[in-house]
Amino acid sequence: MTIDQPAQSAQPAQPARSAPPALSLVGAAKTFGPVVALADGTIQIEAGEIHALVGENGAGKSTLVKILAGLYTPDAGDFSLAGKTVAFRNVADSKAAGISVIYQEPTLFPDLTVAENIFIGRQPKNALGLISTGAMRKAARALFDRLGVQIDPDRVAEGLSIADQQIIEIAKAISLDAKVLIMDEPTAALSGVEVDRLFQVARGLREQGAGILFISHRFEEVFALCDRITVMRDGRYIATHATAETTVDAIVRQMVGRDIAALFPKQETEVGDAVLQVDALSRAGVFTDISFMVRAGEIVALAGLVGAGRTEVARAVFGIDPYDTGRVSLGGKPVKAGDPQAAITAGMGFVPEDRRKQGLVMDLSVARNATLTLRHQLARFGIISGKREREAAEGWTSRLQVKTGSQEYAVSTLSGGNQQKVVLAKWLATEPKFLIVDEPTRGIDVGTKSEVHRLISELAGRGIAILMISSELPEVLGMADRVLVMHEGRITAELTREEATPETVMHAATGSLEGAR
Amino acid sequence: MTNTTATKPTGGGTPGGGPVTVSTERTTGPIASILRPRELPVTIALVVLVLVTYLANPLFLSAQGLKDLLLNATIMIILAVGQALVIITRNVDLSVGSILGLVAFATGTMFATTDLPIIAVFLIAMLLGAVLGAINGALVTIAKVPALVITLGTLYIYRGLNNAWAGGTQYFADDRPDAFGNLSVDTVLGFPVITLIAIVVVVIVAVYMAGARSGRDLYAIGSDPDAAKLFGIPVGRRVFLAFLANGLLAGLAGVLYASRFNSVGATTGTGMELDVVAAAVVGGVAIFGGSGSVAGAAVGAILLTTITSALTALRVDKFWQQAIVGILILAAIIIDRVASLRTAKKLRMSEARDV
Repeated sequence: MTIDQPAQSAQPAQPARSAPPALSLVGAAKTFGPVVALADGTIQIEAGEIHALVGENGAGKSTLVKILAGLYTPDAGDFSLAGKTVAFRNVADSKAAGISVIYQEPTLFPDLTVAENIFIGRQPKNALGLISTGAMRKAARALFDRLGVQIDPDRVAEGLSIADQQIIEIAKAISLDAKVLIMDEPTAALSGVEVDRLFQVARGLREQGAGILFISHRFEEVFALCDRITVMRDGRYIATHATAETTVDAIVRQMVGRDIAALFPKQETEVGDAVLQVDALSRAGVFTDISFMVRAGEIVALAGLVGAGRTEVARAVFGIDPYDTGRVSLGGKPVKAGDPQAAITAGMGFVPEDRRKQGLVMDLSVARNATLTLRHQLARFGIISGKREREAAEGWTSRLQVKTGSQEYAVSTLSGGNQQKVVLAKWLATEPKFLIVDEPTRGIDVGTKSEVHRLISELAGRGIAILMISSELPEVLGMADRVLVMHEGRITAELTREEATPETVMHAATGSLEGAR
Repeated sequence: MTNTTATKPTGGGTPGGGPVTVSTERTTGPIASILRPRELPVTIALVVLVLVTYLANPLFLSAQGLKDLLLNATIMIILAVGQALVIITRNVDLSVGSILGLVAFATGTMFATTDLPIIAVFLIAMLLGAVLGAINGALVTIAKVPALVITLGTLYIYRGLNNAWAGGTQYFADDRPDAFGNLSVDTVLGFPVITLIAIVVVVIVAVYMAGARSGRDLYAIGSDPDAAKLFGIPVGRRVFLAFLANGLLAGLAGVLYASRFNSVGATTGTGMELDVVAAAVVGGVAIFGGSGSVAGAAVGAILLTTITSALTALRVDKFWQQAIVGILILAAIIIDRVASLRTAKKLRMSEARDV
């Protein structure tokens, strides 16, 4: 590759060069059982360009990256590097072919030194056949010099900032002679200075002829850094634009521009007094100055991109995680911080995102799971009676129409949707005043989804205040009375049902609200 | 961010303008890396212990006193070095006391019933230890059951074999050649011969762990087993060999035990496994793997065996001695935990700055 061209010059959308692209993936598909993760994964990265890949959560970006990294084998599609068709069986194949992936949170060995992390398994040896620490240190320094950064090669990786860890991964990629670097949301955890440094490194690599795929939710970064932008939506390739010839608005429109296939009508309910009040909640490095309230019978959606801090806020409100400053009150009474038991006693419930890990004990029966929160009430002299347990479980599981052969079956035998209903039953048994539901329909098939939505809506109808975290825009827009949008630990917008559109939510979620207006 | 290092000229190859310098923290030079902080507390503790005891009772460091200290530590040093190999890979071997007992009894049997030369007995004994260690390694890597459970099982199995074989039989000092017993009596440069063997073991294994790629792999495996697999490190094979090497070293310790102590029988080595794990942990080997060194484990072994003698010399009630060992273990773990919590907090705060 020639490097005498100034890198800042805008490149055409379809470069007029004859050489085949450094990486070309066309029409890649990947399904997991009935779930289509990727229907048409298409991307072409030229040598010497920085190429952005954008799309909503669930647009298929991660699946595409995993195919490029050799973690997934695509079911269909053409994959070639510099014109040569390739098929990776594993990560090692992908690495050997010159593709390196820099993840948002790199996996370094915390106990090994920086230099060793770069050269593990291929450390330079001395005449005695032992590792030459000197040569390794020198080689690491040379790599860092080439990247224009300074990191002490001799210190252990533990305690390094995420930014430094990424640089080390990049150094490793270069030492492996990578032709294509994939950066999967590398800036999500970086500070401003660190982002600048990363960009400088990326531009330097571009000049040296590397092809870089840059995945980011931050449009200002995409537009500042990248030569071309590819948009994906719902597992499909939508379009590729030269950055110079497009705008943030046009990209956002393509990202969300779909018909909202299924509507999730929320029942009209009488909205009552404020139940939950959150004032100026902050936790250093996680979220900042979060204030909102939820009224009785109201569904408030907490929208935003993955990593914006939504779940973290919910966990802090419920007392699972601590917070540094601020206050949470329920029904006008302050709730003790960092104490889930106090939150439950005060009338809160929390349906977590990962029901298999946090919401259910998979090997216990449906009845036992549905009554977990009632253990103390059901126990006589500290022993839980099986009969009382079944009776208590029966009430809610039948009202929620949990489809199970018997109350005694292990919860792991149920479908995802029915498992979710058991989690809901568990919390409803405590008769909460306020319920947090985190990604209530993730991994649930379409049919059961609407049933879960109907249930949540009914609960609001009974006067329960509901905070719903969701990454699915149609769900947010269909269900919520109000939408709070988070971006990088802050609430960037509060939208009424009327104001909330795919565009307004997406602009706020990507932090480009001002830029769009 | 503070930049404490002078900006280097980076030559023509630097892309995108001048170098950006971010986060350069304390440099660990060659001396610092030999005396890494992890080994420092235990070394200081040992020095303080020896000094205090010496000041209170000068006989403690007489020629004979010193020799006794070394002899007492020798077997524990070898076991701790082997255990460190295994613990660094995020495993543990609880069967070493039983391996030592079985091998020590085998050694006694060989001397009593055959005319094998001493060197052959050494080799056969170490081979037996290696086989027993390999069985542990194979079970751990193939069955994918935590090593704690597997080696708890083999602890009883190996001990059971020892019981069945030995019954009431015991072998005493007069059953073995004098030359063999003298290994624990004769000294070279003031060191008993068996102690010199232990020192050679420490040096060889320490050089291997620091200087061989496969040695470094053991740290990587213990640091993050999944990532190690992703990096193409043959995790199963490395862990298997770590167990095998530990068995071999336990076998060596078994032979030396037969040289050092008057009798070997069905209960030889019972309960030693916990002392060994304690020595490694006190010596700075992280129980969750990934860090620590065999040198640290060896110092930990010396500390634990010296404490007993020191407390006796200081006339501390011997009932207190075990409690003090327990306190040392807790102190080692707490120091470790505090350090890692501090690192985590520092990281969180440094990321919070610009949010």
